Amino acid sequence: MSATPTPTRDLLMFVVFAAAVLTMPMWLAPIGAGYPDLLQKFAIYGLFATGFNLLFGLTGYLSFGHAAFLGVGSYTAVWTFKLLGMNPIPAAIMAIAASGIFAVAIGFVSLRRSGIYFSILTLAFAQMSYNLAYSVLTPITNGETGLRVLRSDPRLFDAAGQGDGPLVSTLFGIEMSGYPGFYFCAVLLIIGFFIAQRIFRSPFGTMLRAVKSNQNRMNYTGLNPRPYTLAAFVISGMYAGLAGALLCITDPLAGAERMQWTASGEVVLMTILGGMGTLLGPILGAGLIKYFENIFSAFNEQTLHRIFGFLPDFLETPVVAITSLFVGEGWQLTLGVLFMLIVIFLPGGIMEGFSRIGRMFRRSSGAKGSHQTAPAE
Amino acid sequence: MDVFLLQLLNGLDKGGAYALIALGLTLIFGTLGVVNFAHGALFMLGAFCAVSFNKLITLQKIIIDPTKTTAWGTPLEVRTPYAEAMFGDFGQWLVNYSVPVSIVLAIPVMLIIGFVMERGLIKHFYNRPHADQILVTFGLAIVLQEVIKTLFGANPIPQSAPDAVRGAADIGAMLGFQAGAIVYPWWRMVYLLFSAAIIAGVFAFLQFTTFGMVVRAGMADRETVGLLGINIERRFTIVFAIAAVVAGLAGVMYTPILPPDYHIGMEFLVLSFVVVVVGGMGSLPGAVAAGFLLGILQSFASMNEVKDVLPGIDQIIIYLVAVVILLVRPRGLMGRRGVMEN
Amino acid sequence: MEILKVQGVNKAFGGLRALNDVNLSVEEGTVHAIIGPNGAGKSTLLNCFVGRLIPDTGSVMFGNTSLIGLKAHEINQAGVSRVFQTPEIFGDLTLLENIMIPTMARRDGEFALKAWGRVDQDAEIRDRSMHMLEDVGLASKKDMIAGSLSRGDKRRLELAMCLVQDPKLLLLDEPTAGMSRADTNNTIDLLKRIGERGITKIVIEHDMHVVFSLANKISVLAQGTVIAEGTPQEIKGDPRVQEAYLGGAHL
Repeated sequence: MSATPTPTRDLLMFVVFAAAVLTMPMWLAPIGAGYPDLLQKFAIYGLFATGFNLLFGLTGYLSFGHAAFLGVGSYTAVWTFKLLGMNPIPAAIMAIAASGIFAVAIGFVSLRRSGIYFSILTLAFAQMSYNLAYSVLTPITNGETGLRVLRSDPRLFDAAGQGDGPLVSTLFGIEMSGYPGFYFCAVLLIIGFFIAQRIFRSPFGTMLRAVKSNQNRMNYTGLNPRPYTLAAFVISGMYAGLAGALLCITDPLAGAERMQWTASGEVVLMTILGGMGTLLGPILGAGLIKYFENIFSAFNEQTLHRIFGFLPDFLETPVVAITSLFVGEGWQLTLGVLFMLIVIFLPGGIMEGFSRIGRMFRRSSGAKGSHQTAPAE
Repeated sequence: MDVFLLQLLNGLDKGGAYALIALGLTLIFGTLGVVNFAHGALFMLGAFCAVSFNKLITLQKIIIDPTKTTAWGTPLEVRTPYAEAMFGDFGQWLVNYSVPVSIVLAIPVMLIIGFVMERGLIKHFYNRPHADQILVTFGLAIVLQEVIKTLFGANPIPQSAPDAVRGAADIGAMLGFQAGAIVYPWWRMVYLLFSAAIIAGVFAFLQFTTFGMVVRAGMADRETVGLLGINIERRFTIVFAIAAVVAGLAGVMYTPILPPDYHIGMEFLVLSFVVVVVGGMGSLPGAVAAGFLLGILQSFASMNEVKDVLPGIDQIIIYLVAVVILLVRPRGLMGRRGVMEN
Repeated sequence: MEILKVQGVNKAFGGLRALNDVNLSVEEGTVHAIIGPNGAGKSTLLNCFVGRLIPDTGSVMFGNTSLIGLKAHEINQAGVSRVFQTPEIFGDLTLLENIMIPTMARRDGEFALKAWGRVDQDAEIRDRSMHMLEDVGLASKKDMIAGSLSRGDKRRLELAMCLVQDPKLLLLDEPTAGMSRADTNNTIDLLKRIGERGITKIVIEHDMHVVFSLANKISVLAQGTVIAEGTPQEIKGDPRVQEAYLGGAHL
């Protein structure tokens, strides 16, 4: 990245992004991803990864405990449903507030250290939350069963409303399942993207990149890095909390496994797969991973035989046998391999790959000073 | 007093496992400067060496005995493990002692795995940022885990300790306490002694051999050792392989205590990292001490008397200790200045 | 009027006494050089001015503020900027961003949550920063990544990052270390030009050519103690200095 894009280009990017998100049901249908459940997941995890990227991509602080905020968001949302009613908006607001407060507490402690120590501190806090949610906090979290909305809950504002049928949140009479559920999440993703874009281009965003680049110089420039990193941590925790709440709007169930550290690892993966520090990358990464999860894990040997049917038999059988390791139950293997390949060959993620291809086409224009970090002299 | 002793013993064997993994992590970190998130997977691979060995020797030959019938009236199937059919009593002994004997299998296997991992992957990450090292080894851990899941399924596979040490010892009675006050499974005792022996072995190796001296010098000041013209890279490979063996053996011997499944490694890894941080990044004695210390603390925290006062403390004690240590003594119990601080 | 007053500063590292009852007084508007052989305690002293080290005893007064116990960023906000021996810049940001950050730090303080407006639309900051880049002759490279600059350019950039803050006191730690003669002369010219702005400067330097072309006053440090102080002329003639610093050779 050399010069920052002009406001016009940013606006264009935003409009194209918004249009792309809202038309996803159409253009993703040909690759088998055009159904609302999956699209909703794209939007939710895109939001999660966008928030994570505000911390990791800009400041370079690698949190291994972000799933804790996802969990807090989910629990808060379900409690809001239980107490206030099934409207998703108060649930989202409460989830953002709760995860924000939680992030202030964790961030205040964790950010006193940096580097791998920070990663391990955040991991420790997330594991602590996870373990507590399973044990002592059972009255709040309902332990292993998970927290769900019951018909006997008070639901202050709409208790009289619903008789029977499954419990889903409703926004002004529209049930948040199927396409309405997706569009609700999509709109929030677009808003989240817009905010992230503003932060990226703002003085605050520049300061966050300064934290990543050289904290020593920052100190000697009269800036205090800690409130900057804390603010980034809290904002990204709020994004995670919102994502957690959205996970509950169609299926109002919150479980502790959402806080497990594998879930934290997943968002790291999404971010680096797409390209940390870029605006679109994490959303792309989140989409790809959720796509793999949903589509690839549904593959079985029959589908593979159909795909490789054109091969002669003596080739088809081994090819199917090998590829079947990577699909269906084995999709996580694919994920792990992909993870390694990306870190090894393309540390900048897919966005970096795009810009490399772009540069190949624009060789003649003499690209100056691409990616160089401060040399250690 | 007897309760105290019991909890101490209970903590020690788990502490032994933490210490062994943390020791390897620290060795790798101290010499190679690499943060290895796949170290738990090595523990898991070790455990599955024991599982495969057991599977191998208990492969069964099925003979249908037409003269006898089962209670359901079908012909009786007589199943004999090949090992028994071929080696007779020795075969039986082998099945019985499959866990400790599989060490013989685990050592070369872990050496090879360690060697391949270091040469094939880790060495390319010496000079990459720590975040990259974490991420690539994390990816590797997922891959190893999934491979094992494909091969062995997702369910835990229980392994049994040899008959001779299967029961529990009434240590209380031996020491003159009330009978039944301190009952401690024999195998856990074996594990404790085993881990102590391995730790002693590693320390002796580092202390008394020339190779160990170079490794220790490398941990203290990598650049200088490199400048002395010592081929540090070859030694790195060996250190990594040793750490892999240590983690693997820890895994082999732990199988009778906890039936291994494919994600056992991850659970241990997270805790071992905390152990390393508490002990002080880059300090071997720190890793061992913190391993045992946290094992014991965890065991005490799970006493009912403690849980009544502080509910849930057993679940979080290790993390809580880590948080406090990192904030009060940022370098850990025995950490040195300047390790991973930029 | 004196801008910086150091009184009775001691600092020991274990058994080593790095600074031994150092007294120093820097007049406003002057260029004050601190010279001395290797290990004399020059960098330690400088680190005591910027919050990196805390003296064991003694006081460091900047105007009416005591600098002791203040954090690095607080000291900078009080008006002290520092150039490092190896340039400390934001290596993966552009030159323009490198300058804008200190400019914003001066205007908005140690922390400001300005997460909405665009940084490149802030005309005041942008103009000031561009002006500064032009001043040091780096304007044409404004969109380059700072890490890819040559060493001399990095140093100029770092200097610009300090100057744009209009510091009351500028600390220069060997500003020409490792530079060619031509680069050194360029730097001297640049520093002289800054001199016209009336910024007080403390320079730590090995190169006598630089010291004598810039300094109004020189303090000589040896083994943690100030052994001589005076104008360049006085120092040149001082036998103690020649003894301690130059081993008796004539300048």
